[in-house]
Amino acid sequence: MLKVYPFFLEAAWITILLAVLTAVLGLICGALGAAARLSRFAFLRFLGAAYVSVIRGTPALIQLFILYFGGPQIGIQLDAFEAGVIGLGVNAGAYMTETIRGAIISIDKGQREASRTLGLSQWQTMYKVILPQSARLMVRPLGVNINALIKATALVAAISVVELTYTAQRYIGSTYKPFEMFLLAGVLYMIIIYVTGRGVAWLDRKVQIT
Amino acid sequence: MGLGFTIIPKYLDVILLGCAWTIGITLAAAILSFIGGILFAVIALYAPWLIRQPFRLIEWLFMGTPLLLQLFLIYFGLVQIGIDLPAFVAGIIGLGLHFAVYNSELIQTAILSVDKGQMEAARTLGLSRTEALRKVVVPQAVRAVIPPIGNNMIALLKDSALVSVIGVSELTLSAQRVIGRTYRPFEFYLMAAACYYVINLAMEWLQRKIERRISISR
Repeated sequence: MLKVYPFFLEAAWITILLAVLTAVLGLICGALGAAARLSRFAFLRFLGAAYVSVIRGTPALIQLFILYFGGPQIGIQLDAFEAGVIGLGVNAGAYMTETIRGAIISIDKGQREASRTLGLSQWQTMYKVILPQSARLMVRPLGVNINALIKATALVAAISVVELTYTAQRYIGSTYKPFEMFLLAGVLYMIIIYVTGRGVAWLDRKVQIT
Repeated sequence: MGLGFTIIPKYLDVILLGCAWTIGITLAAAILSFIGGILFAVIALYAPWLIRQPFRLIEWLFMGTPLLLQLFLIYFGLVQIGIDLPAFVAGIIGLGLHFAVYNSELIQTAILSVDKGQMEAARTLGLSRTEALRKVVVPQAVRAVIPPIGNNMIALLKDSALVSVIGVSELTLSAQRVIGRTYRPFEFYLMAAACYYVINLAMEWLQRKIERRISISR
């Protein structure tokens, strides 16, 4: 039992690394997706809506398989870790698109009208008035997205990235102690999720005005 | 290797059978998660402290760890204590329990939001506490909670793909098996994704329909 700890800790770092990279890529995709969905151009709005609908309408596991196993057929060669980060990031981005879009459209319309009346351009209105306010509203729901994303990193075990779940699976196979292995991996996941949750709560308090 | 979608019709029967399994597993797990959700919610809110605690632990475990890990535990772990479940049963139990916990959260909030006066009135009219819960409070709460539970069920459909990893021949594993024979991962995973998407759209349509019906009868 003691022998497996170092492997689990190492795997936990891989999970954390995966989660961080996925979150960053997810935020980028989410910001782009939200911008597309709120665009003036119908084509971009359609692209944004299609992105959200297709990604949220199909299993993340299948998306990973298409990218990792199907990718080489269309000339995309990725190793398992890269495929995992890109697949999960694009997946998380679709959920974040809706979060970010929701926070932006929940800002009162009068704000936009007032800013435009005061002579701010459309960009200025967005960057100086709308976004600073909606950013505050985004923190908590994005935290929920990130919580889901941390658990979703387990999926890359299926394309054999050696993260926590893969490691647990491997040692369940060799030690025949599934409960212990599950508990060990589970505790590590819960620590990661707990710490992230506290971080989000801290950030949320920090950005509130009062 | 280029792409060739013309190969798909030849294996369409395998894929469609996989679809049927996916729908069956999703449905069974959905029913389990719904009943389990009500049960967990009632226990979390009304059971004595001693019974509540183990359920809180279960809830905490299920919400804080990945579903895939939970499936491994149920499928491989129960063998350790002498319960050898067929993969699809383990899959249904795993999915069902996982989503029961999420449904329970929703139902708890809904039960708390049903006016306290309802419980008091029911008690005054001579119903026992259990009767009042079963006949007055829970039915109202369940109605209020159907739209968000619908979202959970759509998530369940997508997460049902995970049971392929413990060897249940549903849509994802069927696609994998065909790929093993044809070496055409892109085409068949895309096909599987399309099937999931269609089932997903059907569920969204059904959800809208149910929501409309509930809102009229209110």
